[in-house]
Amino acid sequence: MDTIRTEYLEERFKELQSAQTGSALQNWRSEGFKNFSKLGLPTLKNEEWKYTGISRLFTKDYTIPSKKDNVIDRETVDKAAIPGASGMEHLVFVNGKFNKDLSSFQSNDGFEICSLEEAFNGKYHEDAEAYFNKSSLFIKDGIHALNSSFMNESVFIKIRKNYHATKPFYFDHIFDTTSNHLLASPRILVVIEENANVQMIGSYYTHGSMDSFSNEVMEIVVKENARLEYYKIQNDTPNGSHTGTTHIRQVGKSYVHTVNISLNGGMIRNNTDIIMEEQANEAHMYGLYFLKGNTHVDNHTLVDNTKPHCFSNELYKGIIDEHATGVFSGKIYVRPDAQKINAYQSNKNILLSDTGTINTKPQLEIYADDVKCSHGCTVGRLDDEALYYLRARGINKDLAKSMLLKAFAEEIVMQIKIEPLKEYVEVQISDRLQLAD
Amino acid sequence: MLSIKNIHASIDGKQILKGLNLEIKPGEVHAIMGPNGSGKSTLASVLAGREEYEVTEGSVEFEGKNLLELSPEERAKEGLFLAFQYPVEIPGVSTTNFIKAALNEKRKYQGLEPLDAASFLKLLREKAALLELDKSLLSRSLNEGFSGGEKKRNEIFQMAVLDPKLTILDETDSGLDIDALRIVAKGVNTLHNADHSIIVITHYQRLLNYLQPDFVHVLMNGRIVKSGGKELALELEEKGYDFIKEELQESLTA
Ligand SMILES: Nc1ncnc2c1ncn2[C@@H]1O[C@H](COP(=O)(O)OP(=O)(O)OP(=O)(O)O)[C@@H](O)[C@H]1O
Ligand SMILES: [Mg+2]
Repeated sequence: MDTIRTEYLEERFKELQSAQTGSALQNWRSEGFKNFSKLGLPTLKNEEWKYTGISRLFTKDYTIPSKKDNVIDRETVDKAAIPGASGMEHLVFVNGKFNKDLSSFQSNDGFEICSLEEAFNGKYHEDAEAYFNKSSLFIKDGIHALNSSFMNESVFIKIRKNYHATKPFYFDHIFDTTSNHLLASPRILVVIEENANVQMIGSYYTHGSMDSFSNEVMEIVVKENARLEYYKIQNDTPNGSHTGTTHIRQVGKSYVHTVNISLNGGMIRNNTDIIMEEQANEAHMYGLYFLKGNTHVDNHTLVDNTKPHCFSNELYKGIIDEHATGVFSGKIYVRPDAQKINAYQSNKNILLSDTGTINTKPQLEIYADDVKCSHGCTVGRLDDEALYYLRARGINKDLAKSMLLKAFAEEIVMQIKIEPLKEYVEVQISDRLQLAD
Repeated sequence: MLSIKNIHASIDGKQILKGLNLEIKPGEVHAIMGPNGSGKSTLASVLAGREEYEVTEGSVEFEGKNLLELSPEERAKEGLFLAFQYPVEIPGVSTTNFIKAALNEKRKYQGLEPLDAASFLKLLREKAALLELDKSLLSRSLNEGFSGGEKKRNEIFQMAVLDPKLTILDETDSGLDIDALRIVAKGVNTLHNADHSIIVITHYQRLLNYLQPDFVHVLMNGRIVKSGGKELALELEEKGYDFIKEELQESLTA
């Protein structure tokens, strides 16, 4: 077996720190690296990483972009972008680092984008102090600490009060692996003020034949009466691996809608956390992983009900083909004060091959007595009755299967409320199923 | 058109059909009646090609072809249509898309181009009107949440669009209210012609009043034990199956 190497990371860390003396992130990075050194990479013995052997990704040495190497040619940007990007606030991140020149967004009174350092040093320092890195209190593992160790050219976004964004914010992550394996550490903090309304998209694109490992931490704070839709789209090449935490705090009574679509990639781990910190918060979380080849997707979700009257509904669906692996772990906490909450969770899987794997694990921890919680998971094959019905009407077996799988996926895809994005995902799925239109 | 010879079929090792014979000529209407569990739906499933059923003996010829060699979809495209006793609900597949796929698969099989959007919609509208089918059902998921009667009507609607040569109606009349029964019967009669034969599986006379079968068969214990004209159905309605059982008993002891 190949040995796992992380020693060289210390040297990379020191290089990065000395190149960035005086940066407001210095101490955060130091703390991150201290934690990483202590925690190390998660092993299969770690309950949260039981089915995802992430250390396997560390049998090679990664280059870590320490200088300002966040450039790439325009052609690659165009290739990486999802359809419809030109009608969005298009924020380009190369190798984990924000590139303003390649981005195109129209600043207005409704929002502001700056570096995290600028946020800490300037007028947003209160936001930064209050909200930055709070996800580390929930995700206490070496992977999160690794992001904190190497975050660089990170971004702060403020969505101002009452702003109803007409265009989605699109975080377009591009990883250049034409000459070396790459470890990228995108880091984003978003604060959505009262009564604001935004849609956000993240996508990941590896350019080159060497391996990329993007390790992202995104923290989003949603205030009173604000509304957030967040779409994470994973359709990368098999040499593109990813771990990402999307940590959403509903600090005021607000509405959150997340959709995570995973279609292609290497080893992928998504943490989606919703922390309900105010009464009567509402969250809807959807996921679809439609996998083939050796793609491994692990979705860990958390809904933490800390106050009464919250509502959450969660539906994740998986279709697993060939040698792919799907993991779902859904945690619902109901804290002692969180009476009268409703929390629903469901995970449904279809296994198409004998060589595919599914692990699914709901975890409910309920410390209040007046709550409505339900969860369920299924792992099955295609419904034989339905298949027979379609065939009995003259529809070929393969087409009938495809129609049923498409229908299975559709329940999630229809939750995408950005038309070009929905169309894009539909086309990807139809292509996979060899369906016309 | 259809020639069933000495068919034996079993499911999960249990023998259900035990030497069944039936001949159907173009344009004929045959009714099949029989007690619950006698094997009527099994016969329909064997003809439609349901894979769980194993044919252990006998043959079925349909339009000169060995039907048993064909997949369910090939049988459908050859012109066989089974209106199910219990139509399946398929969430996420709209009725319209489903019928479009079925129709185009059949046309492809016949060497025809797919129907263009306008002609397809016209056909759909025409047949929906024939069955007095609420158009909102067409955009909904196939059979999902349809009432019992709507499901049955939807089956006949599909039959109307696909225009088969042989239709098997498996208890299409059960669950229909009086008006729906009349509408469905009218639909079936409109489609029935000299080349289109029909097998009606039913427990009651009421659908037969409309369809006027040429033959009535009684299926019991996996075999057709008695055949007659449409008056046989009336006799059954009046007397039940006991008199046939007695006849059988007598012929066995004789
Ligand atoms: N999987 C199975 N294993 C064993 N027996 C089965 C199976 N499926 C059906 N049967 C039996 O086959 C017999 C015939 O069933 P079938 O559905 O053909 O009856 P039917 O004549 O259509 O009855 P009904 O009038 O109630 O619709 C029944 O006794 C039924 O229990
Ligand atoms: Mg039956």
